[in-house]
Amino acid sequence: MLTKRIIACLDVHAGRVVKGVQFVDIIDAGDPAALAARHAREGADEIVLLDITATHEGRQTLLETVRRTARELFVPFTVGGGIRSAEEAELVFEAGADKISINSAALADPSLITRIGLSFGAQAVVVAIDAKRDPEAKDPVRDAQVYLQGGRKPAGRRVVEWALEAESRGAGEILLTSMDSDGTRAGFDCELTAAVSESVNIPVIASGGAGTVTHFAEVFGKGKADAALAASIFHFGVSSARSLKQELLATGIPVRLPC
Amino acid sequence: MRVAVIDYKAGNLTSVLKAIRHLGAETVVTDADVSLIESAERIVLPGVGHFAATDRLNQTGMTAAIRAAIGRGVPFLGICVGMQWLYAGSSEAPDHLGLCHFPESCTRFPECNQKVPHVGWNSLDTKPGSRLLAGVDPGEFVYFTHSYKAPVTADTAAVANYIEDFAAAVEHKNVMGVQFHPEKSGETGLKIMRNFLDWKRDSAAC
Repeated sequence: MLTKRIIACLDVHAGRVVKGVQFVDIIDAGDPAALAARHAREGADEIVLLDITATHEGRQTLLETVRRTARELFVPFTVGGGIRSAEEAELVFEAGADKISINSAALADPSLITRIGLSFGAQAVVVAIDAKRDPEAKDPVRDAQVYLQGGRKPAGRRVVEWALEAESRGAGEILLTSMDSDGTRAGFDCELTAAVSESVNIPVIASGGAGTVTHFAEVFGKGKADAALAASIFHFGVSSARSLKQELLATGIPVRLPC
Repeated sequence: MRVAVIDYKAGNLTSVLKAIRHLGAETVVTDADVSLIESAERIVLPGVGHFAATDRLNQTGMTAAIRAAIGRGVPFLGICVGMQWLYAGSSEAPDHLGLCHFPESCTRFPECNQKVPHVGWNSLDTKPGSRLLAGVDPGEFVYFTHSYKAPVTADTAAVANYIEDFAAAVEHKNVMGVQFHPEKSGETGLKIMRNFLDWKRDSAAC
């Protein structure tokens, strides 16, 4: 049976993990390579490394960090942040990423999705969408506003139509962050996630708002998410992907327990 | 141990190379140099992307070199599209012939209310006697990402189910294929790749 994925996200700034999932007993809690390996061992199904400063400071993703993190990692590894061209994507793949995540650059030039997919396969292209409900719109959820540059600027696109375009241009997955829920720990935006997930035929990864195990169960059920991004959840109630998954299994959500 | 990894310009080889090297084997990458196939102790055909990309194997003479190596008993492992290529063909690219080592053809998952592609960790129903999957218990999880799949036949070494049953692994003597990505499937995947590297002709249970 296909399982629901729990993806550990590491936000990285200047080669160091600045937020996201950390462990108290790890010697260097800010080292992305050590943290990624630890998460994989604890049962995270994938690792996402986001260079959170890259886009607005105009810097490239730190290839050396990617290289070091990928070296001993044998689960899917996605890298995002500041990838603006197929050439930059290629460098990130060569450094060891299995997938790249693009956001602002895809909005600026949607043909980038297709070009990266042609060289590396559609499965390697994750389109990240930051969306905020629009109370003015006829359908505030389906027509949620898409933002770029880390949520700083409206892109003039609506979440479902943009997700559909990304799919038609060859995106392999959608990483959907609810800006309304992000940082609240009050739960994922299940309506937004379901609106996107039911519109496209590619996997949707839900992000933003996780605070409890119940929130994950809700976004996999009501939210129809195929995967969920976990960052600070590990500070609240569960200590690892393993215990999160054990609790999800007990509620009937199919997840992979590490052997 | 020298493993030839074939580059046919369909996707990224980094992860496959990394996993093989992690297990202590030496890798050589070749896209057109058939002499590297002739001297290889193991051959790996990775691949993500479109079945039509395998056409390059015919243009470069790789197909003939691989067929000859298989005939000499060199262990061969196809991954993802590399496994599908072992069959007669795929409905993804009906005009392109596969290796025809297995006579069946690959098809797309049927349309239904589930998403295609099949992406994520799914469990293996392993068949007894598989040497590639030795030590892999039924129910262990591996990572898939694909829209086309091979049918379950007598040569199927493991079955997975998404929408319907399909061949997650195929194995006949020294010719093996996996639909999933062992290089991305954690400890289970590394165990399978180690079995491939440790494969011995004499220990045949087939």
